[in-house]
Amino acid sequence: MADTITKAEIINPENLVYKKTSLMTNNVLSYCPGCGHGTAHRIIMEVIDEMGLQEKTIGVAPVGCSVLAYDFMNIDMQQAAHGRAPALATAIKRLHPEKTVFTYQGDGDLAAIGTAETIHAANRGENFTIFFINNGIYGMTGGQMAPTTLEGMKSSTTPYGREWQRMGHPLKITELIAQLPGTYYVTRQSVHTPASVRKTKKAVRTAIELQQQNRGLTFVEIVSNCNSGWKMTPVQANQWMVDNMFPFYPMGDIKVDGELVKK
Amino acid sequence: MGKELKLMKGNEAFAEAAIRAGVDGYFGYPITPQSEVMEYLTAEKPHERTGMVVLQAESEVASINMLYGGAACGKKVMTSSSSPGISLMQEGISYMAGAELPCVILNVVRGGPGLGTIQPSQADYFQSTKGGGHGDYHTIVLAPSSVQEMYDYVELGYELAFKYRTPVMVQSDGAIGQMMEKVQIGDQKTRLTEKEIIRNCPWATTGKTPNRERNIITSLNLDSLVQEKHNIKLQKKYREIEAGEIRFEKIQCDDAEYLFVAYGTSARICLKSIQILRAKGIKAGLFRPITLYPFPKEPLYKMVKNIKGILSVEMSAGQIIEDIKLAVECKVPVYHYGRMGGIIPSPTEVADFLEHQFIKG
Repeated sequence: MADTITKAEIINPENLVYKKTSLMTNNVLSYCPGCGHGTAHRIIMEVIDEMGLQEKTIGVAPVGCSVLAYDFMNIDMQQAAHGRAPALATAIKRLHPEKTVFTYQGDGDLAAIGTAETIHAANRGENFTIFFINNGIYGMTGGQMAPTTLEGMKSSTTPYGREWQRMGHPLKITELIAQLPGTYYVTRQSVHTPASVRKTKKAVRTAIELQQQNRGLTFVEIVSNCNSGWKMTPVQANQWMVDNMFPFYPMGDIKVDGELVKK
Repeated sequence: MGKELKLMKGNEAFAEAAIRAGVDGYFGYPITPQSEVMEYLTAEKPHERTGMVVLQAESEVASINMLYGGAACGKKVMTSSSSPGISLMQEGISYMAGAELPCVILNVVRGGPGLGTIQPSQADYFQSTKGGGHGDYHTIVLAPSSVQEMYDYVELGYELAFKYRTPVMVQSDGAIGQMMEKVQIGDQKTRLTEKEIIRNCPWATTGKTPNRERNIITSLNLDSLVQEKHNIKLQKKYREIEAGEIRFEKIQCDDAEYLFVAYGTSARICLKSIQILRAKGIKAGLFRPITLYPFPKEPLYKMVKNIKGILSVEMSAGQIIEDIKLAVECKVPVYHYGRMGGIIPSPTEVADFLEHQFIKG
């Protein structure tokens, strides 16, 4: 056991390899273990921190699991009515063009009840950033069908699986908004592996930088798991996500520099 | 007050008052009979005059939530709509009341229910004064009865909205919004600077600086005890508003035996009815609530001992009459006269009702 690292060595500042950003508060995350929200929060706050934007940033929290995002993000934040975050952000940015403004929204919030606000903010080319967490389910209300629930996927309101004939098709809202001339950068990422976290962090930074250049709406979708809602272990949920979500919601940039990426 | 006089529509006066009051942002959606507000604002290019933002939103739902976003930054924000649009905004108004955000909302009331009619009505008294959306809250409601008051209540609205951190509704109707009258225009106020906003609204989301904790604007309290504490705080504020912000006008009340209680367009009609009645020897007067919430309960109650009865005149099936009856504790007879469907009663029919149905009936 001679090679075992001691506690004293661990807390020695010289051995520090990773530190929580001060832009994440010390509150205990309310998310289920294994959920992607915590990682998504952290990398967004890391980018805001690294860019020195804490004093200039106003965030908008949605309704859904991340309704309490303001408990964890150490910046000024507003909590929006269900689906209305892009309307709040529109006014904040129009009245404060010098500020960095973002919304953080789930699939039910952004792609069902808030579809009109999402589409019109994007179409007006509002200069803020939307972080869209897509886990294909309503997590907070107990796992009901979301607009992005896959065909055949079970939820508490599709107990035998989603059938498009009766329950409609899963909505590729990200591809839809990429078509709008008001969006400048649209990408789809994930946070289930160290490599994907690094890529997503880069996308978050790109979006914020482009916002600072007043390029129009920037949009980062993060496909995430909901192990509780999907009724799986975190490991199973991540594997299920790779096997089932990624083929329908493929990873990568959809629109770069205002141009759709050719596949 | 400046000396400039202009002939304006009520809706235009409201819009000009917004620019002059130094409003930071207007967010609206077209609906008859108030579309002149946004038309006037866009034609006036307030972004050049004062830097004011004017944005046509995709819906009333988006408009009110834009107000939430702007108000949470400590900005002076405004919207205007008419009855069905106000119904759509009620969720957002409830959120703003819960999150204690100031704003001014103009409701140029039209007839309902449903799509109803585009003609004037006062059938939104309940939705304006009783909360309108979900939860225990009130908005302060100011009722102009002239184009001049449409102008004046913008500044008064912001004064009250920021004093109490609450949404303020200006409840007009299609007649006041559309008619033209002489308006005395006030001086141009400059919009507040960022420094002034941070000083006046230390609670606003203006960007977290090292010298303070982060500011959070929310109406959510998952802990029931915390939520109840918040409710008690809100109720305390409403009691303060009820004690301190009552506004009303008394016209020919000194010797009145019969009292009209009416606001907005109906109050204008009653003034003429009083002339008709007094020519016949019937001593009528007018009590005009200017704040519909807080309702001027005590001043009205004090008049009870000198009068024989009250006729509530409202372009509705009878909404304000409920508050009148509560205020006078039914110590005198209280009747309602009104027309619906967008019809404005004539002074003669109102006078006839008082004379023949009420006094002799």
